[in-house]
Formats: sequence, C-alpha cells, structure tokens
Amino acid sequence: MKPPVFKYLAARSLDEALALKAEYGDEGHFLAGGQSLMPTLNFRLSQPAALIDINPLTACAGVKDAGPQGLSIGALTRYRDLERSAPIRDRLPLVHEALPHIAHPQIRNRGTIGGNLANADPASEMPAIVLALAGRLRAQSRRGERWIEAAKFFQGALKTALEPDEMLVEVALPAANPGAGSCFMEVARRRGDFALAGVACVVVLDQAGRCAQARLALCNAGETPILAEAAGASLLGRAIDAAGADQAADLAQRAIDPGGSIHASKAFQRHLAGVLIKRCLSVANERARRAH
Amino acid sequence: MTTRSFGAPIRRNEDARLLSGQALFVDDIELPGMVHAAFLRSSVAHARLRSLDVSAARARPGVVAVYTAEDLGAYFAPGPLLVPPPPIAGAVFNQRTQVPLAKDKVRHVGEPLAVVLATSRYIAEDALADIVVDLDPLPAVVDLERALAPGSALVHDDVGSNIAARVRQSRGDYAAARKRAGHVVARRLHYDHGASSPIETRGVVVSWEARANQLTIWDTTQAPVFLRNGIAAMLGLSERQVRVIAPFIGGGFGPKIMLFYPEEVVLPWVAMKLNRPVKWIEDRLEHFFATTHERGQIHDAEIALTGDGKILGIKDVFLHDTGAYDPYGLTVPINSQCTLLGPYVVPNYDSTFTAVFTSKPIVTPYRGAGRQHGVFVIERLLDIAARELGIDRAEIRRRNLIPAEAFPYNNEIIYQDFTQLQYDSGNYEPILDKAIEMIGYRDFLAHEQSRLRAEGRHVGIGIACYVEGTGIGPYEGAKVQVQSNGKVSVATGIGTQGQGHFTSFAQIAADQVGVDAAEVDVVTGDTDQFYWGAGTFASRGAVVAGNAVNEAAKVVRRKILKLAAEHFECAEEDLEIGGGKVSLVGVPGKSVKLSELALKANPMRGAVSPGTEPGLESTQYFGPPSGATASGVHAAIVEMDPQTFTLKVLKYVVVHDCGTVINPLILAGQIHGGVAQGIGNAYYEQLVFDEAGQLLNASLADYLLPTALEVPRMELAHLVTASPLNPLGIKGAGEAGAIPVGPLMAQAIEDALGLADRKIELLEIPLSPNRLFELTVKPQ
Amino acid sequence: MLTDPQEIAVTVNGEQYRRTIESRTLLSDFLRHDLLLAGTHVGCEHGVCGACTVIVDGVAVRSCLILAVQADGHAVTTVEGLAADRNHLHVLQDCMRECHGLQCGYCTPGILMTMKAFLDETPAPDEEQIREALSGNLCRCTGYQHIVDAMMLAAERLRR
Repeated sequence: MKPPVFKYLAARSLDEALALKAEYGDEGHFLAGGQSLMPTLNFRLSQPAALIDINPLTACAGVKDAGPQGLSIGALTRYRDLERSAPIRDRLPLVHEALPHIAHPQIRNRGTIGGNLANADPASEMPAIVLALAGRLRAQSRRGERWIEAAKFFQGALKTALEPDEMLVEVALPAANPGAGSCFMEVARRRGDFALAGVACVVVLDQAGRCAQARLALCNAGETPILAEAAGASLLGRAIDAAGADQAADLAQRAIDPGGSIHASKAFQRHLAGVLIKRCLSVANERARRAH
Repeated sequence: MTTRSFGAPIRRNEDARLLSGQALFVDDIELPGMVHAAFLRSSVAHARLRSLDVSAARARPGVVAVYTAEDLGAYFAPGPLLVPPPPIAGAVFNQRTQVPLAKDKVRHVGEPLAVVLATSRYIAEDALADIVVDLDPLPAVVDLERALAPGSALVHDDVGSNIAARVRQSRGDYAAARKRAGHVVARRLHYDHGASSPIETRGVVVSWEARANQLTIWDTTQAPVFLRNGIAAMLGLSERQVRVIAPFIGGGFGPKIMLFYPEEVVLPWVAMKLNRPVKWIEDRLEHFFATTHERGQIHDAEIALTGDGKILGIKDVFLHDTGAYDPYGLTVPINSQCTLLGPYVVPNYDSTFTAVFTSKPIVTPYRGAGRQHGVFVIERLLDIAARELGIDRAEIRRRNLIPAEAFPYNNEIIYQDFTQLQYDSGNYEPILDKAIEMIGYRDFLAHEQSRLRAEGRHVGIGIACYVEGTGIGPYEGAKVQVQSNGKVSVATGIGTQGQGHFTSFAQIAADQVGVDAAEVDVVTGDTDQFYWGAGTFASRGAVVAGNAVNEAAKVVRRKILKLAAEHFECAEEDLEIGGGKVSLVGVPGKSVKLSELALKANPMRGAVSPGTEPGLESTQYFGPPSGATASGVHAAIVEMDPQTFTLKVLKYVVVHDCGTVINPLILAGQIHGGVAQGIGNAYYEQLVFDEAGQLLNASLADYLLPTALEVPRMELAHLVTASPLNPLGIKGAGEAGAIPVGPLMAQAIEDALGLADRKIELLEIPLSPNRLFELTVKPQ
Repeated sequence: MLTDPQEIAVTVNGEQYRRTIESRTLLSDFLRHDLLLAGTHVGCEHGVCGACTVIVDGVAVRSCLILAVQADGHAVTTVEGLAADRNHLHVLQDCMRECHGLQCGYCTPGILMTMKAFLDETPAPDEEQIREALSGNLCRCTGYQHIVDAMMLAAERLRR
C-alpha cells in the first residue's frame, strides 16, 4: 500500500500555496495533517498529480480571539493544539467536548481542523459542530477571499463548496452565549472510530427556563452534517422536558436520510439519532440551567 | 543451588531485543540486489481468466520481471493436501488446492494472477496498474445454502457440486435417545469467526545463491520444516540445499501455518530464475484476501434431555464454509464436531457436516480452529434448555459434567489427530465452582442484578464451559547441548510467534542441567538448526516440543552426572547439579564446572570407548499417543446500554486447567490474548462479503479489532490436572482464551437485556449493536 | 532512478542524516529501509494500528501517514532512541519486560513511543486514562492487561 507518484511541492507562503492550487486545480491536493489524505493515497484511491504541502504555513494556524465575534481558528491548527487551548475550553465547550472523540491522540497530533472540515466526511464530528455553532469558513484563492456559511459549506459526502483553486484558511466560530448549554454525544463502535450517529447541540434558555434557541446538528445522518431545523424550532418557548425532547427527536428522525453502512443500518442510524438527541438535549438543558 | 525455573513466573529471555527494536522480523532483511514483489490480484470473486497482458508492466522503468502462470511452465501445480481427511467411514472429500498463479479461472477476490518484481515495492505497485486483465465474471458462490441448491454456480466445475466434504460421526443411538427424552430443544445457530489479523502481516524473502547452490527463505511461517521439505521437492533441490528461517514473527494465530501459499511457492522459483534475492511483504489490504480466514457455519442442532436437564443425546447437522480451496482438509469442521461435546456426558451423538466450497478466501484454522463453533452450539442449547426447564444455567451444566472418576474418557468419535477423541484427564466441577465463586454468580443473581436494575442499569451474567483437545502429535524434537564455554543451547523445529518459547523451553532445560534459565539460548524455526518437526499449531508447542526439550535435557543431565562421577571417581548419587556446576554433596568446594565437563566430553586427543557420543548433547523426540485435554470455564458480568446497545464488560473471570504450568506469566498472557480475540469475535469483528463475493471491510478501519478500551481486565485462576500423556504433565494453552467467549457474551447479553422475557434468543455470533437493534427493536 | 527526488536532512535519535529520497517515500519506509532503523514496524499503512508510531518534535505520530520529505529539518525519535545504551533499558522497556507486556513484540515499539509521549505529558494517569492513551495502538497478542500494568508501574517509577 505505497502511494503513487506525485509531484511534491512545499508552499513557503500562502501566496505560493494559492498559486500552486490555481495551477493544479483538482489535480493538486493540499497536504495538511495528512491523516485523511495519506490513507487514500496509500490505498491508491486517489492519485493526484501534485501534493501541495501547506504545513509550513504556520501563520494559518492558531486560535485568535475575535472579540464579540467569537474565536477565529486558523485552518492549519492541529487538533492537538485545540485540545490544549484555554480559549477553546472556556469559550467553545462544544468543541472541547467533541475533541476526544475525534480519532486518537496520534491522529490529533497531526490532523488539522481545516483538513478535517475540507474532507467533509459525513461521519466526521467537526462538520456537525461547526454547523451547530453556525460557524463561518473563509476560503481564499488568487481571485480573493470569501466567507461561506457552514450550512452552505458542506455540499455532499466528501464534497464542499470550495472551488478547485481555493484553500480553506479560517474557521470563525461564535463564542458560546454565557447562558447557553451545549453537548456533544456520539455512538461509535470503538472510541475514536467515526460516529455511527452523533449529535452536537446548543440550547439557550430564557429567564423562565424555557428554550430561547436550540440548534441540533447531526453527524452521519445524511450526505452532509444535518441541521435538524424543525426539531430545534419545536423546542422554542417551552421547557426542554422529556416530552419536548421526544417530539424534537421524532421530528429530526423524520427529517434525516442516513446512508447506512455495514456497521449500522439506516434504521439503526435513525434510531440512534433519536436516542442521542434526547440524551443530548437533557444534558445541554441541564448545563444551560446551571449556567443561569 | 539454582532456584527451580520450571513453574516460576520468570521474565522472558527474548524481551530486551524486542523492546529495543533489535529483533529480526522478515521485513527487516535487506540483501544486496534485492528486488521487491507485488502480486496482481483478482478484483472479482469468480471469473474465467481470458487473458493477461503484462507487456506494459515489463516495459516500466524499474521493473525487473513480470511472471504469470504461463511463465511457470511445468512448475505450475496445485499445492499439496496438507491434512488428509481423518479415517472416518463414509467420509466424502473432494480435494481441491490452491494454485501459485491463476490459470483459466479465478475463485476468490485476491487470488494472485501475476507477480511483478521491481527495484522497489512502490514501483512494483505502479506496474500492477499496467497489467491488462480480461476476466469474464461468473456468479459468485457466497451463501452456504444456495451453494448447495441445484443450479448454483460451481466453484470447481469438475466436482459437479460445491460439496468439498461430507462427514458423519456418531456415537450411540440418537434417534432412540430422542424417543426417551423428556425435553427436546432444536435451533438453528450461526457462528462466524474472522480474520486472525496479526499486527505483522505475512512476508517471504528468498535468497538463491547460485554459486553456493543454496536457497535461504525467511518466512513468517509457523511450519518451517514442512515448508523446507515442500519447496525443496517442488524446485528439485535436496532438502539440505534449502534453509527456511522463521525469525521473530509478529503473531501467528493459525493462518501462518497454512503452507504453500501462492507467494511461498512462486517466490523461490522467481529467486532462482532471476538469481537475485526477492522480498514480498504482504500489505494489510492484501492480508484480508491473501491470508486464510476462519469463517462461518450454520448448525441445525437438537438436544434431547431428561426432565431434569440431563443430556440424553445431541444431533447436529451443519454447513461449513471452506472457501475456494480445501488444502487444510477437515481440521476446522472436525474440531467443531468434536468440541461440541464439551466437558459433558453426551451418551448419544449424531453429527453430520457438509463443507462447502465458496468464492471466498481459503478457510484454515485460526485460534480455536473450529472449536468455537461447536462450543457455541452446545452452550446455547444448554442455556435454552435451562430456561425452558426452569433450571439455573450453571446447575444444568453441573448436572452434565463428566465426573472426575471417569478419565480417561472416550468420546469415540475421531478427532483432528486421527485418533479417537479421548479426554486424558480433567476435573471439571471444581473449575465450575471456582468460576461461580470468583464471578459472584449466586450473589449477583440473588441480589446484585435486581439492585442494579432498580438503578436503571441493564446488567447480566454469563457462564460457559469448554474443553480443548491440545498437544496433539505427531511429534517434535529438540537438541540440548552444554557447550564447552558453559553456555546451554536448545534447538527445536517449531517456530515462535510470541508464545515465549525462548523462555519456557529454557526453563525446562535449565532445571535439568542445573543452570539459570537466562543462561539458556533457544533457537526455534531454523531448519538448519533443527531438521525435524511439524510446527506450532493446535496448542501443542509447549506440550510436544516442550517435552522433547525435557527428554533431551534429561539425557544431557545423565551424561553430565556420568562424566562428573568419573571425574570425581564417586557414585552419581553423591553428586548434585546446580549453579552451572556439579558438586559433591556435603563436600564444600569440591565441584566441577559444566564447561569443564563439556571440554572433557570432546577431547582433542586420546581414545574413547566405542559407542561414546561426543559432547554433552542429546537430540530426542516426543510424540504423544493422543492429545491432552485442557478445560476451563469463563464467566462475565456485562452491562448493556438498552438503546445504543453499547457493550461494557464489567467483570471477566477465567478458570483454566492446562495441566502443569511452565511459566504462569506467559500462561496469563496467552489467556488474556485469547479472550481479547474472543471478545473481538463476539462483538466487533466480522468479515462482510456481499453477493458478488466482495469483501466490504478490508481495512482495519472497518474490520474492528478490539482496543485497550474494549478488552476488560481479567481475573484468572488455574486448577491443575496433570496430563498422564507426557512426563511433564502439561497441556496446551494457546487457544483456550478464545474458545467460549462467543456463547458467553450471547448468554450475558441476553440476560442484561432481559431478552428471555421477550422471547428473543441470540443464536448467532458475531453480535453487534446494529444486529441487536435488528433482533430486538420492532421496526417502525 | 528516483521519481521526484527530494534531499532531506532529518535528525533521528539525535543523529543527523542526509539522504535523497522519492517524494512519495513514507517516513516509516525511510526509517526502516533507508536508515536501517527497523525497530519501527509497519502494520497497516492506513493509520489505524499504531505499530509505526514514532515521536516527531516531541509528539507521537503515525510514521505511515507522513512523507519522509516532511520530516526534513525535524527531529524524530524511534524505539532505538529510547534506551540509554545496550545495557540500560528505558524505564518503560524495563517495566514492559517485568510485567510481560509483550508477546510477539511487533506492536511494542509503537506502544513504547505512544506511551513515552503520553507519560511525559500525563505523569500520574489512572487505569482508564492509560487505556485511553493505548486505544490508538492495536495489539493482537496480549489483551492489553499486562501492558496497562507495565504502564502503571512505569508511571510510578518515573515519578520517583
């Protein structure tokens, strides 16, 4: 399982990276952490003409405080650094909670958030989290830059809105509302495996303890991460109790079309989505209540 | 005086090298001019091979040669039958063995079509894509029952059906027993084992030195002697010209004892043709197709009992998936057939199996070697009978155990070693009692379970018994030598794949010749160091080779004493051996070192009396009349999430009897490893084939090996009934941990989820969250 | 006759090596076959088994998922770099031997490097944390129990 021949190009600057990507288009893959790319190369599932190594672009890594906007995470930030980041822990508890579920430490030591998001595996955790947080992703190319809403970024299994000459450079995530409660849960066959089903949930309660905002994003419920909008809407203005959670879960289950796999049939994935939504809402609700 | 080694948990001799990355594995071999092999493998499961065009591959820079079946010429031949069918009356066996490279027909995904030799493996893989293959797909034979239905595609056209074998064995009169029965339980059960998945895949390095007229093969094989003999014969060489070395091997577990794999047959031929060393290291993707598996059986089984749960008889009819070829004979299904009887008195037994050819990789033994399937059937039938008769699960087992006075106990039917299945020794009730005590069985069922259930936790308990025929023949040999530098060396023909032979065999020899086990250097798996042997399989290494080491060491001990007595001019009874020397009892300071005696035994001058053998050395062989019977009971408490069906093992107990124990630390490791594989088999691992015979999960991302988070901490206890079949009293232990885990988990999960109340039975392995969902949650 | 050759300078176990390799050469193959440091083992080449784990710039990574060219200018530690010398094994190695934490030894170097990096950062782990740290390394022989015991012992000894 050795990789095929490719031209290796190390980008010394963002400009160089973008120039190379413009030149090679779809035939040039960015090599960031390599934790998703290298297995596809070793299996020869992918045979790009060029690998553009962007690991030298350390300026594209790091967590920056974007003030009231939240946090700005450079696309080349390694998951390892996100795990150890105090701002992430304090201001983005949903991200912090999900990180131990993403693969294993050795993978997180190299894997980058940008690489993981751009790979857009429907079973991956971070896309659902970014969707739940209504994050925005900045793409850059020689033609300029643009911001893409999370909901528009993920377009299909392994397919994003990125044009062939674009590079994902930044992930902007609004910081958690101080009164919010969030929760991430997934069911996987083994710790670190892709989720059979996963839920990323953020709720905000009003002074009376009723739901003022609820966002539920699901992993592995379709070709992309799915925002369960009807489910979230159904919770507005009411207490997030068992009945409310049941109803939300039911609505979400009706809205999704999981792909099924050898590890989980569509029916089982649908069932798990419902189970996790109820459990997640319960925890998020409790956390929101405590935050008040 | 040296402390006694045998029985002590001493640390392993081989560890320092392994821990510092200084142990030689096959892929570590680097030879000047070495070329690298990659095999083009079939991407379809069943097809006529119309043509292969390798011209573009041959033209690629860096490619040294490309060969197909055509190029092999007269060398092309189906492999030998490794294990003939046992002498069972009326047995039908259709021998069809694998070929080195496919010709005319392809019979499973991954079957080799051509071999590319290049200056690097990278380039060799590049060249595979250059080869143009014309395959005419045929319907794949995947489902065992449909394979036997009229009109099915045939894996081997000339057999006329997909029947590889049909064997019936019986004891007593089941039909009569059934008539007398107070209760009968009949069920269909499915058991699927999996891919052994050692962390080191297979590999072969071949060096042909034309001027020295010598062929050296490094191979991850568990059977170097047979490989040497077979390859020498195939190549028309003398056995003396061929050396097979199985160096450190990264896990065997059975499939590495399959012999004359296509790669093993093709590469020596290539090496001689090219006159350059050749290396082939199987990658993980290949491993899923190119190395053998153990897979599934479907049992229609029936147990007849008295009203109070005593077994009157069992009838079992089963189908066994043997894969595209059957070079390993009937070892796996015969083991299923025999091990089904377990530690129980089964006065009447009627078992018939049909081994079925399928369009899938070959099935050969993998740790347990078919015993799992049989144990699953009997243990589940007993569980169901217990529930239906209102008898406790442990109690129904107790009522049927072979009593301690009944040994040797003859089950009459023929076992994998071609002799009658005779249990040499055992004492099963204390094992069951110990397991019951250690797991807290009674208290759990009386109090704990309901207490935890009241807290909303879904917990359950399981207990399962098994016996395992181990230590079978034919024989092994060993040479023990005290060298003139005082070092002791041991050589034996079997190989080592992690079982600690470098230490356990040292312990055996050390006690006999009076040195520390760390002073004993053990060589295994090198046919130049020891000529004869069968191999490491069927939990027999310690028993058979270990006893051979003992026999040889005993002779050396006698030589030492004789020579020392001559040296001191005293009687042998006045001498004691220990600490690397021989001393006169009661006379401090009067001793002679073993090295001095060794020198004396190999004089440079002078005359010796006729019949004297030089040195302090002996080669001895040991062949048991039949296999020694190990046994055990596993028990576990599990917790299930009733909605996600995630499994957590809260407590796991093994009580095991493998006779006399050589090294308790090594033994514990073997049990732990076996249980871990059993847990993988029960709940995580499954080879998923589709209707076209494609393997859908050929990667470690989707073929799920348990990690440190899925394998629980295990508590072990050992009881000992020494085997009367060998002087050391030992029984094999290598496979035991893996055998009863499937039925144990099924039983415990049923209990945890309260499935009995819902009239749902778990009659298959593997289970998984998805499968439990399908079985227990009504679809909406 | 190399395709897309790259000149690299890598420090491995404190020693600098200059080589020219193909850009597609995996770090695992570079270590094993170019530098003849065969202690790092290959089990899957898709990042799952962990046998190839080495330490690069202080963190544990899968060497089968890194190109050798990416190691240019970086520092790699392999299992050969653990022990002070032939006669003095590292505490981790000693404890593995004492607790019978290895059988075939094939996954062992990867486990040693994983746990070295882990214990450097988490000096007082409990059993659950150790099992979690180990969960990215597959072992088919031991059932993990003795490895866990070895790591508990090593953590304790390293703290002293």
